[in-house]
Amino acid sequence: MSKRTIRLTVNGQEFTATVEPRRLLSDVLREDLGLTGTHVGCEHGVCGACTVLVDGNPTRACLTFAVQMEGQAITTVEAVAADGRYSALQQAMHEEHALQCGFCTPGIIMTFEAYLKENADPSEAEIREVLSGNLCRCTGYQNIVAAVRKAAAVKRGERA
Amino acid sequence: MKPSPFEYHRPESVAEVFDCLSRLDGEVKLLAGGQSLVPMLNFRLARPDHLIDLNGLAELDYLRMTDAAMEIGALVRHHRLATDPQIAAALPLLAHGAASIGHYAIRQRGTLGGSLAHADPAAQLPLLAILLDADILCRSSAGQREVPAAKFFQSIMTTALEPGEVIIGVRFPRMPPALGWGFEVFSQRHGDFAIIAVGALLALDGDGRISKLRLAAGGIGATPVRFDEATTSLVGRKPDETWLSSLADAVCAACEIEETRIPAIFRRELVHALTQRAMAAALQRARGGTRP
Repeated sequence: MSKRTIRLTVNGQEFTATVEPRRLLSDVLREDLGLTGTHVGCEHGVCGACTVLVDGNPTRACLTFAVQMEGQAITTVEAVAADGRYSALQQAMHEEHALQCGFCTPGIIMTFEAYLKENADPSEAEIREVLSGNLCRCTGYQNIVAAVRKAAAVKRGERA
Repeated sequence: MKPSPFEYHRPESVAEVFDCLSRLDGEVKLLAGGQSLVPMLNFRLARPDHLIDLNGLAELDYLRMTDAAMEIGALVRHHRLATDPQIAAALPLLAHGAASIGHYAIRQRGTLGGSLAHADPAAQLPLLAILLDADILCRSSAGQREVPAAKFFQSIMTTALEPGEVIIGVRFPRMPPALGWGFEVFSQRHGDFAIIAVGALLALDGDGRISKLRLAAGGIGATPVRFDEATTSLVGRKPDETWLSSLADAVCAACEIEETRIPAIFRRELVHALTQRAMAAALQRARGGTRP
């Protein structure tokens, strides 16, 4: 099962990696590219910790092989803050105490960075429906919902 | 939790897929969205020698409208099924059902063809294909055939697809605007596979009597089940509360529920409750009301 050399575009940068086809995107991001912000929880698509964006769409990195990703743009949590400033969502998560241990946080941020582009003014029920795909074992869901609502309001320009 | 080794192939046309299929030795799996297959690979429940990645086949990512039907390409993802305005207009039940599959990130990647080929007995799309009288378009190097959904699903994760065949797309008859519909899913946690799912279609004549009635459920046995025979006697009547409970009784009486990890007696009660809820929603829509 020969290794192949693949070219990946991650956070706008080109990377080359020589990998077996069976290598999961989550492992290549963390082990080959050193981008350890993407966390690995269940490795079967349930927990959502490894969620990254593929061409802007939230995707489980543990259910994707790195060899599949040539020609697509991958975004990880490392690229969410721009010029050393938190995104509106990151800032709201900080202010609302929406993380405790922080393990689930990168997946939640990537999921909602994408979702808030699709739905700028989600209801609490809609937020909870989307959040159901990311498990938080500190069970801090209340504060995560509050943070997403706050971030949505800030992005709409309704509050600072 | 890591897959066993395999060779990876990424054809760029359906013709190249057939070429791969005829050329490769050993166990070969087709990879579409991967939201069911890759967990099975990670758990090593599946250990194929070759993986043929279909994600490069732009020709299978299409919607095609005719007067009577809408054909949807096998590579159309659940999120598009759930949010595309054309699908919402022609097949509102399909759009509604697709929105209940898994989670937001799973729906971005999972595909129509992949879900049908995987044929999980509790999955939404096989149930909806059976309920909506869809035809599955299966192509091999020898040609294309159409398999009615009712004949496509044969057992748990077993379909009528022959070796060398690939699902190209699915043809759904368009739902007339006056057709009422309802869809109810019960699962242990939001986004889990359903324990029981029930879909209902209903049309009323000018008199308010039922002129058409169709009901199907998943999670009962090896494939989704239609209840055409059990519900025949309930057509032609004016629906009310008594009618709804007679319908649920008739459906439950026709159910052969296998004993599994989740007790049959509980699943039977779910069939009873969800049948009434799905049909009540269908009735409300058929009467022109929108459901809250």
